[in-house]
Amino acid sequence: MVMKEIAEQVSSAIRANREVLTALDQAIGDGDHGVNMCRGFDAIDEIKDEFSRMPFGDACTLAGKTLVMNVGGASGPLFGSCLMGFGKVSADCPQTREELVTMLRAGVESVKSRGKSDVGAKTMLDVLVPLLNGVESGEINSLSDARLVSEKALEETKPLLATKGRAAFLAKRSIGHIDPGAKSTALIVDVVCGYMESKA
Amino acid sequence: MSDNVALVIVSHSELVARGAAEMARQMVGEEVVIVPCGGGVDGGLGTQVDAIKSALESAYTDKGVLVIVDLGGAETNSEMAIEMLSQEQQANVIICDAPIVEGAVMAATEASSGATLDTVRRTAEEYQS
Repeated sequence: MVMKEIAEQVSSAIRANREVLTALDQAIGDGDHGVNMCRGFDAIDEIKDEFSRMPFGDACTLAGKTLVMNVGGASGPLFGSCLMGFGKVSADCPQTREELVTMLRAGVESVKSRGKSDVGAKTMLDVLVPLLNGVESGEINSLSDARLVSEKALEETKPLLATKGRAAFLAKRSIGHIDPGAKSTALIVDVVCGYMESKA
Repeated sequence: MSDNVALVIVSHSELVARGAAEMARQMVGEEVVIVPCGGGVDGGLGTQVDAIKSALESAYTDKGVLVIVDLGGAETNSEMAIEMLSQEQQANVIICDAPIVEGAVMAATEASSGATLDTVRRTAEEYQS
């Protein structure tokens, strides 16, 4: 059930932010991030009923595969690998800090190996890794802490020099812009936090 | 049809993939299997994992398949597609780091001589204009 409702809310947030993501990607990429993410999450939205019939981990894996097959750009395999990483280690929705760390770490590692990248390259990892570190170190103790860390990390992608993806072609001209993949990640984090607050 | 290494050309643009394949084919005719694969899910620019997987399967030979890609997502999606092949096939498919048109022409020429997959890849990657 969790994944069905999250899928619905994330899809609608991605749709609502399509132009924002497109504008960010036009600044430092090829301008297709908004459209690609929408295509992927529309496909997830379409099959959301299936999520309620399967365990959390399987739903993550299916959602990840759906992104891989439908996005059409590098963000498909990247966001998809993250979800598939979650599905690999978390059969059920994490209930403890330790379980959440395990899930986030599996996602981060999948994105790193798929993208052959790491923090500091102006990518989605620049939001994901601070979140993982914050949860693990205890700096993040609440959903509002998670939001703060994610928003701050997103802003901090601005001065970074892109060394991965299409933005790398712009080299120094990528400095001064928020990374679109990091923006999508922060958007998803915000929606998931909001969902959990509504259930608390 | 041929006992040579095959090529799959993956571009965000279907026209670029087809054009690069056409240029390579002009060098080697039917001696090398060359499969172009390009374009996104809705017919626009982009690359698709399932389309790349089909291209790999149609080009597949035990001698090996060299995948030549253009930008970012083409490589990531090609890696995903390769991982969806059987273990046995995966071992014979590699992605090369070469400019798409020059790489395709160089690789096709080398492949037509019956060279191994590794040699074909090196020839494409070592090309300097």
